[in-house]
Amino acid sequence: MTATTKRRQFLMSTAALAATAALPLGARAQAASIKVGVLHPVTGALAYSGNLSRLGATMAIDEINAAGGIKSMGGAKLQALLGDAQSKPEVGASEVEKMNEQGVNAIVGSYASAICLATTQAAAKYSIPHLVDVGVADQIVERGLKNTFRFGPGYKIVTAAAINNLHIMNTVAGKPAKTVMIIHEESLFGTGTANLLASQLPGLGYEVKEIVKHANPTRDFNNIVLRMKSINPDIVIPANYYNEYALLLRTMKQQNVKPKAVFSVLGGAASSFKFVKEFSDAANGVIDVNHWYNPKDKRAHALRKKVEGMRDQFYTYEVFLNYQAVYLLADALERGKSAKREDIINALTGSTWDKHFMPYGPTKFVNGQNTGAAPLTMQVLKGDIKVILPNTYAEAEPVFPWKA
Amino acid sequence: MDSGMRSLALIGAFVLVVLALPLFVNSGFLLNLAIMVLYTTLIGQAWNILGGFGGQFSFGHAVFFGTGAYAMAVLQVNFGISPWLALPCAIALGALVGLLLGALSFRYGLKGSYFALVTLAFAEVFRILANTFDFTGAGVGLQLPLQESVASMQFATKAGYLYLVLLLATAGLLIAWWLKHSRYGAWLAAVRDNEDSAAALGVNAFRVKLVAISISGALMAAGGAFYVQLFHYIDPHIAYGTAVSVEALLAAIIGGMGTIFGPLLGAIVLQGLSELTRNYLDSAPGVSLIVYGALLVLIIMFMPRGIAGLSGRRA
Amino acid sequence: MLDPAILFPSILNGLTTGAVYALIALGLTLIYGVLHIINFAHGAALMVALYGVYFLHRKLGIDPYMSLPIMVPAMFVAGYALYRGVIGRASHGKDENILLVTLGISIMLENAALYFFKSDTLTIETSYTLSTMSIFGAMISVPKVVAFAGALVATAVLLLIIAKTDLGRAIRACAKERQGARLVGIDVEHVFAMSFGIGLACLGAAACFLLPTYYVNPQVGNGFVLIAFTIVVLGGMGSFTGALLGGFLIGVVESVGGLALGESLGQIGIFVIFIAVLLFRPQGLFGARA
Repeated sequence: MTATTKRRQFLMSTAALAATAALPLGARAQAASIKVGVLHPVTGALAYSGNLSRLGATMAIDEINAAGGIKSMGGAKLQALLGDAQSKPEVGASEVEKMNEQGVNAIVGSYASAICLATTQAAAKYSIPHLVDVGVADQIVERGLKNTFRFGPGYKIVTAAAINNLHIMNTVAGKPAKTVMIIHEESLFGTGTANLLASQLPGLGYEVKEIVKHANPTRDFNNIVLRMKSINPDIVIPANYYNEYALLLRTMKQQNVKPKAVFSVLGGAASSFKFVKEFSDAANGVIDVNHWYNPKDKRAHALRKKVEGMRDQFYTYEVFLNYQAVYLLADALERGKSAKREDIINALTGSTWDKHFMPYGPTKFVNGQNTGAAPLTMQVLKGDIKVILPNTYAEAEPVFPWKA
Repeated sequence: MDSGMRSLALIGAFVLVVLALPLFVNSGFLLNLAIMVLYTTLIGQAWNILGGFGGQFSFGHAVFFGTGAYAMAVLQVNFGISPWLALPCAIALGALVGLLLGALSFRYGLKGSYFALVTLAFAEVFRILANTFDFTGAGVGLQLPLQESVASMQFATKAGYLYLVLLLATAGLLIAWWLKHSRYGAWLAAVRDNEDSAAALGVNAFRVKLVAISISGALMAAGGAFYVQLFHYIDPHIAYGTAVSVEALLAAIIGGMGTIFGPLLGAIVLQGLSELTRNYLDSAPGVSLIVYGALLVLIIMFMPRGIAGLSGRRA
Repeated sequence: MLDPAILFPSILNGLTTGAVYALIALGLTLIYGVLHIINFAHGAALMVALYGVYFLHRKLGIDPYMSLPIMVPAMFVAGYALYRGVIGRASHGKDENILLVTLGISIMLENAALYFFKSDTLTIETSYTLSTMSIFGAMISVPKVVAFAGALVATAVLLLIIAKTDLGRAIRACAKERQGARLVGIDVEHVFAMSFGIGLACLGAAACFLLPTYYVNPQVGNGFVLIAFTIVVLGGMGSFTGALLGGFLIGVVESVGGLALGESLGQIGIFVIFIAVLLFRPQGLFGARA
């Protein structure tokens, strides 16, 4: 290689780098608009959930703008900066960097726990307020980051509620269920949930006969179901994502395995209208402790109607959690009357927002976690998802144990 | 060795430019881009050493990446060891894995597609193992606690990370330079071009390839270790999944296999394309990856020497 | 756990799953046997075929098994065109290049699917998707039994084509001795393209049998690619019987391994076999080449 060619190479590379640096960065700034980063994994393995999450957030932004924007700031409109984390934490972090450059005022995202860990941290470096839409891992709010706010519950709260409700139902029914089999997906969410369950269930008198871990994706649940047949647990507790949940339940139906209850904790498909619609047979009777809206609140139903009116969309927790995260942000903006990052953080820290339709009560953030956040317990009954516990929100009586 | 001196000078100039970058560039986004370019250069160079210079195409380079990443994470999280100590350990472990994998594969004469497949299989095995054991966090992975200080290799400014990855990437460039201008490098090229002839000339092909894969493994492990410091998180999928294997080989091939600056060029193209597509086509999911795939196909079809090869001369 | 009442159904399940794996591997082994290329795009092509079966069912109401006469020829044509248009042109004589070109194609296909179809997981429901039948007391899903039969039939058909037809003879000639075949007037590029087409046609069939028990999204191919490679290597590159038996073996290993070690760790059996075969018996069980 001669010197000329080497120099040419080097010049080409610097030119390329410079050219990239000179690119306009995409967002068109409007006067007095508040930039809200909407960051989710809309491509890659988690794209299904990521797209639903984005839908929820953008619907809220559109609604708020249509209703006149942030009134205390002269009707300032919210401007969505859409980001794609590509189902990878490092890409999510890079998107945060980009949004920072674009002068983002706050970020809503990023669905998956692993991605949230990265994006909240990246945002913390620039003090960008980051509302966590779903990400249930408790580490997300346990790192002392002042910019992180999670509206919904983490898996510690969910698991505690799940175990509590299971025990209540079992006791009311005369304690027919004694043995448990946990089937979880192997990443952060599933393992964390399973560990919590395994450590707390024995204390209440339940025997955890087996904990089965499976990959994402898993093509075949026949073996797991065979094991289930031989162990014959009273309760099966799945904690996984949509595809695997659906496949597991279908396989159980195929193999005629009928435990006294299928009791999911953050079950991937259990509280999904899509699952109930597509596999009503397998879905019937399934109980899930998951993010859910207050069934007594008209706004929740209005939103459901609106979403279901859209083509191929389902009203899932990804949608309504993101929707409300944006409204939470709007409330902070209204009260703080400022789009400055520190002011938004302060407004959120002192937030007591109660205009949501979740069963949480007014928001109260301690170390970034909304202390009122809690899951609801639902059961699929007659082809629909009904809240069964706690009683304040119940729409139907639990059927426990389930007699297929 | 005129051309040798020139390449060295070029490397030197490159280092100086990057060193000066934080002084002139304030944009966090651009500094981040520079960091990612250098990171991709690092892993691309690692692949290049074995694939471009050595002619052994690996499709499972993640096996080294993940090893370095986990070593870095486990030593810090489980044993509280300083990252500055953990880094050389991670690199050494990468070399060791390279040695073992190489010894096994080359001993049994695996070449070409078979070798590519076996590296893929090993990466999968390691992924499954990392997924099983508690000390690697199983499916949950490991998270580095946030602790911004030089001592914990978590820098408050982007410049810190930039310099760290520059150090590693430069090491890669220098190694590539060495391969171009040393006797060992000549042996390796001979083995790459025709193993039997090289053996006939007295080159110990087995040992030569073994050295190459060890170096390659070490560099790739450095990439993995850096990743952990930058993102504070590792799990079996990130560590041993195909994405990082593909990224490494894409950078090397698109930029020009067997050249010193190939991986750097490839890294710039990949990161640049990624930003371009995300900016101008950001409503379309997956488009940048379609472009990568198309680029790979086109490059192989029309420019098998990659972008560096555009200069005409056989680098 | 290893009592016969559990082990027997597990083995049967493994055989039926393995049958589908075998079908996928059949195409791969043909492509390797003849063209000596490892088709990294095999998984992505399967994914495309699965989408094909899905949309035929969803939009036109065609039952997956009824779409066999549509999917098989369609995939054949696609394979032929892909080879002629892209892969054949890219080889430049180096095997490694094809490896990379097929990798590039798989990246493109996967992300194109992502772009057009989003990442939704799609399934189909037919009257038989959830039905099971009892085989000596083990409940086996009906579509899987059908897949098993289908794989056997497909293998037989392939063997017949290779052994008895002119095309088959030409394929064997090109596989053994490219230059020689050229010299005797065989249009080698055409034969290669035909082989690639047949390889993808197998995927068309596999997709018809697979979708009733599975799902499709842009990433499904990835899961099958490695397994297909393992089977091809295990059975011997280029051997159909090898692919069939290898498929069954891997299916059973996966199933029983999953039973014994748990679903995650159980997968390791497959790759350990893969590595062992590559190292110690690269020609596989039935392969005949150096």
